Amino acid sequence: MTMEEIELVTIANYLRPESLSDAYKLNQKKTNRVLGGMMWLRLCSPRIQNAIDLSGLDLDYIKETEEAFEIGAMCSLRSLETHPELEAYFCGAIKESVRHIVGVQFRNQATVGGSIYGRFGFSDVLTCLLALDTEVVLVHAGKMTLAEFADRKRDRDILEKIIIKKDGRRVAYLSQRATKTDFPVAACAVSKKEDIWYVSVGARPAKAELAVIHGQPADTLAEKAVADMKFGSNMRGSAEYREAVAKVLVRRAANAVLEES
Amino acid sequence: MEVKFQLNGKPAAADIEPDCMLLDLLRDMRCYSVKRGCDTTNCGLCTVLVNGKPSLSCAMPAARAEGKEIITLEGLQEEAVVFGRFLAKEGAEQCGYCSPGFIMNVIAMMRELKDPSIEEIKEYLAGNLCRCSGYEGQMRAIRNYMKEKGAQ
Repeated sequence: MTMEEIELVTIANYLRPESLSDAYKLNQKKTNRVLGGMMWLRLCSPRIQNAIDLSGLDLDYIKETEEAFEIGAMCSLRSLETHPELEAYFCGAIKESVRHIVGVQFRNQATVGGSIYGRFGFSDVLTCLLALDTEVVLVHAGKMTLAEFADRKRDRDILEKIIIKKDGRRVAYLSQRATKTDFPVAACAVSKKEDIWYVSVGARPAKAELAVIHGQPADTLAEKAVADMKFGSNMRGSAEYREAVAKVLVRRAANAVLEES
Repeated sequence: MEVKFQLNGKPAAADIEPDCMLLDLLRDMRCYSVKRGCDTTNCGLCTVLVNGKPSLSCAMPAARAEGKEIITLEGLQEEAVVFGRFLAKEGAEQCGYCSPGFIMNVIAMMRELKDPSIEEIKEYLAGNLCRCSGYEGQMRAIRNYMKEKGAQ
């Protein structure tokens, strides 16, 4: 895409609602949009009547409790990456899932809410968090699992926060990129709790999908995990190539999980 | 709409359009070090510090500068001149177009990371593209700069 072909976002009014319920009400109009980090939205050339900025609503946080990590929608990807407790608890997998995304400056602005709410096919963050026991909290629909949210029809709700449970599962994340800082060609997160494997494969190039597999040995896990997943082709790779790479990544990630255990 | 913030240590205010990006506002305020390279959030040329964090001004709505401290290369002349000498000595500057954003991110890195390894440096600076060089001169300049800073 050349610069001449990109039409950037236009905004008629810039609003800073004082509560999430006010933001929700404003967001019910199709011509209004909630702003995340603006990293992707800006390039999608929407004409926005009222831009809804949530940055005054104290949603930029990572809170650790006994049971979980709660992460506000406006928390940056860089904060996820550099949070020592998140890194220690999830074996560096979350850090690994974001550290290849463009650059530090980009990750200082891109938000967790924008990454998850967008349910983008290229999303490393969605791929990683799907393999963990993650829930999302929406202003209107309330709490649901991330897997349910990923499958849910797009509507005009607002993501308030995500909750990642500390359920003791071991996890590893791997991605392949054609070149540094690019979108992934294939991405996967593999986690294990007791004898249950959770395998999430993203950048197929459709949005990440989760396979939950009971009692499978690690060496045959990859074949089984991707068996029902559809892979597609785009400028970064063919469906066949993606599937082949995904299997290798799943196998390596599963071995890494076993080593962690 | 009006936006008020600190620019290079001084209070600043401007009347902006709702879709004005920080890059355009800063250039209107005569901070010409801030440049548009790709405009698709990939090249790092428009890097400024927002409350101390390196950020892409091409993608940040100027409205979000409200109440924040914005620093451009114009506000970091002393550090920029010192590091710039290391860059020039290694022949790392060719066309020079990417240098302001690169220097901003090197300064941010030096403030954030303590004694970074080569891999950490490469990762921190991955979002700053240079299309003249192969980054070897820049890496030599950073290593020498770090050595001198460490010696002080």
